Amino acid sequence: MSFGVVMLVHTAFDRAEQMVRHWVYGGCPVVVHVDAKVDQPAYDVFKQALGDLENVLFCQRHRCEWGGWGLVAASQTAATLLLDSFPDVRHVYLASGACLPLRPVTELADYLKAHPDTDFIESATTADVPWPVGGLDRERFTLMFPFSWKKQRWLFDRFVKLQQLLRYRRKMPEGLVPHMGSQWWCLTRQTLRAILDDPKRGIYDRFFKLVWIPDESYYQTLVRVHATRIESRSLTLAKFDFQGKPHIFYDDHTALLMRSGCFVARKAWPHAEGLYQSFPRQTTEFLPNQEPNTATIDRIFASAVDRRLRGRHGLFMQSRFPNRDRENGLAAAPYSVFQGFDDVFPDFATWLAKRTEAQVHGHLFARDRVHFASGDTIDRGGLSDSARLRDYNARMFLTNLIWNGRETHQCFQFGPADAQDIRWMLAKDTQARIWVISGAWAVPLFLSRRSASEVRAEAARLQGIEHKFLNVLRSSHARARIQIMTLAEFVEAPTDVLQAIIDEIAGHRGSAVTELPEMANIAGLPAFLQDLKNQGMHPFLTGQLSDKPAIPARRQAAPKPYVIGRK
Amino acid sequence: MTAIHRGPVSAAVFAYRMRWKRRRLLFRIWRKRRQITPVCDRTTVIRPGAILCFSTVRNEMLRLPFFLAHYRKLGVSHFLFVDNDSDDGTAAFLAAQPDVSLWKTSQSYRLSRFGMDWLGWLQWTYGHGHWCLTVDADELLIYPHCEQRDLHALTNWLDGQGARSFGALMLDMYPKGPLDQHDHHPGDDPTKLLAWFDAANYRQRPHPVYDNLWTQGGVRERVFFAAEPHKAPTLSKTPLVRWHWRHVYVSSTHQMLPRKLNQVFDPDSDAKTTGVLLHTKFLPNIAAKSAEELTRRQHFENSDLYQTYHQRLTESPDLWCPTSTRYEGPAQLTRLGLMSKGRWV
Repeated sequence: MSFGVVMLVHTAFDRAEQMVRHWVYGGCPVVVHVDAKVDQPAYDVFKQALGDLENVLFCQRHRCEWGGWGLVAASQTAATLLLDSFPDVRHVYLASGACLPLRPVTELADYLKAHPDTDFIESATTADVPWPVGGLDRERFTLMFPFSWKKQRWLFDRFVKLQQLLRYRRKMPEGLVPHMGSQWWCLTRQTLRAILDDPKRGIYDRFFKLVWIPDESYYQTLVRVHATRIESRSLTLAKFDFQGKPHIFYDDHTALLMRSGCFVARKAWPHAEGLYQSFPRQTTEFLPNQEPNTATIDRIFASAVDRRLRGRHGLFMQSRFPNRDRENGLAAAPYSVFQGFDDVFPDFATWLAKRTEAQVHGHLFARDRVHFASGDTIDRGGLSDSARLRDYNARMFLTNLIWNGRETHQCFQFGPADAQDIRWMLAKDTQARIWVISGAWAVPLFLSRRSASEVRAEAARLQGIEHKFLNVLRSSHARARIQIMTLAEFVEAPTDVLQAIIDEIAGHRGSAVTELPEMANIAGLPAFLQDLKNQGMHPFLTGQLSDKPAIPARRQAAPKPYVIGRK
Repeated sequence: MTAIHRGPVSAAVFAYRMRWKRRRLLFRIWRKRRQITPVCDRTTVIRPGAILCFSTVRNEMLRLPFFLAHYRKLGVSHFLFVDNDSDDGTAAFLAAQPDVSLWKTSQSYRLSRFGMDWLGWLQWTYGHGHWCLTVDADELLIYPHCEQRDLHALTNWLDGQGARSFGALMLDMYPKGPLDQHDHHPGDDPTKLLAWFDAANYRQRPHPVYDNLWTQGGVRERVFFAAEPHKAPTLSKTPLVRWHWRHVYVSSTHQMLPRKLNQVFDPDSDAKTTGVLLHTKFLPNIAAKSAEELTRRQHFENSDLYQTYHQRLTESPDLWCPTSTRYEGPAQLTRLGLMSKGRWV
């Protein structure tokens, strides 16, 4: 056989034995390194279990600590033994007991035969590629790491800090350029020999003994000195999370691994019966020299990293409860809030729902109950219309509502008569699009046909509440897309505003506004407002209404609504 | 994210108070250790690395056969039960199971902090170093991929992440139609009958004292507690913990001390793996159980609050509504955001 395997084992001996047998039956000699931390009886049992195989050797044992030198020492010793004992081995494959071969040994052998002079080892310079794992990249080489990260974390951290403080820097040995990569490699005999027999190996080893996680950098760096042809990727499929801990493969990854075409995967859950039954496969649909294709696997595991960084937007659950101040954009999807529109157009909700595909709720925050678009007492997800439940945590009520219907654009009416607890959330939420016709509360008061003196107090109350809301919307903390116009400005050019609303909700599918919803009859409103003024209550939010508030067919240059907008 | 930002001094004082609270609870557990007497003790078969399940039961014959089957399939090696005065054959049934150790008591459930003192002693004695699952007989734990990966896979992953506890949302399951209009037999899968749940009416807030995420909502709040939301049942739990003898549950499995164990949610993203406890409370015998509870008054500190609640349950209401969601399995709950795979892909 053209290649041999160095296998590092420290646990799950039954699986390791299974894997050793797989390699040996496929014709590969194997040198096994068992961690010195494993007690003697367990070691003896394991050694005995493999006693019937000829091409299996056990090398001298080292103590292997994660992130320490032991793993490199182990692979050095094992590789030396392998090269010395099996002279026809042309490639050496470094594997672990938890490595699961996916394709038949013969396919890997053929693949290596086709690339006789190639070293397969992931090796990237630290100068050019930031290594996202573990936080330290260049500093792994420039600082000293005599303490164990796992067992002596306090000392580890302090010692790193101290060295950074003192600006201590180690000198790389002459001729070395720091490289890093996956610790699972497959090297040619020539390269490996050159590394192991290098006259300066003593210097190099001394240097790397104090590097952090040397198994990810020792061979990766030295191979750049000795190799003739490097293929900078690992033949072992291994996925790491952001902390550098390996992802584990389970039964439900079987199909994914089948399609990947990788030769070996790491690391497999020792109790994943399904995986160990499916792999290694005896025959495959792959051509002998077919390259692995890991695109799907990469995407799925990248999603795990994504989830760490961002989480599912707008989801508030036990697994995710974003810090209020750090979260920008609270809800799951964009939504629109309309204040005053249903006062001017009593039928606004129906009209808007007809022209867009949006779901248009009534006053979600009404004092009496929640007015869902469906008109039901219980909306999607079991959301109740109880005002009490809603007000108990208005913010969560709204995020739940938006999350439940996140595939449609949702709109709701708002007004000074509603519960106001939600206003800061609305203003800060980048997903909110808020349209306000200020002073529109005057319209229903006017239509109630009561005299100005009767509604004076009510008008003052509504105006006060709306004024506070507008102050919130105008504050420097507001992040929503906000459009505020006075009633007077709005009735001057309602078509333009409604067109903008439809365009915003429906995007390119929005159609031109040809007919307006029926407007409340506001003839006589200016006189009513003047009456209020005469009572001492100045409705300053309505703007200056002219005596003839006719709806012009289509003005040439409409005055722009008063806009406060932020991205 | 901590709920209340304390200065360094008051944080230290608070931490010290919490430490003493924990010690008081441990002392209480130790003091009450003789309230339970062993019926059959098979704890010698517990091996290192075994996953243990702790539970207090009373008249649960309807649920226990499926309960045991469910957790055996998930890889629980040994069950430690405290039987609180059952008279429906629960004790005999449990004593006959090869992987069950059983204790009995006729003391007050309420005065033992709803069983937590009794279980606390068992956890102290047998749980140290093990992953311990503490659930009621009407709680079935599920988590992402649980059909393919057992609890050993999960706890191994949690160990790798340095996590010592695992959080779950209690999801109230209910049938369609009045609660007592159904047939259910021991051993049946309760999710076949209780196939419905509320998908998204949950509220979270950080707990001011224990740093856990305090979740309320769900069907019980919608139907029974709409007028008094602050009294609605708490739904967040920490049922699975790598136990140390110093750990204590404070109130049911909702809160723990030390507080670090309560941090089963992720402040930045949904990167932590979480599960769901399917709550099978609303089986057909709920009316009878509630009627008994009205006289026994052994549940919840302020039993008065719950009088109307139990009263209404005896009338077998219909909890179903047209926007209820039908349960399809763990993948569905992950999709809905009720639990999260986190980084465990």
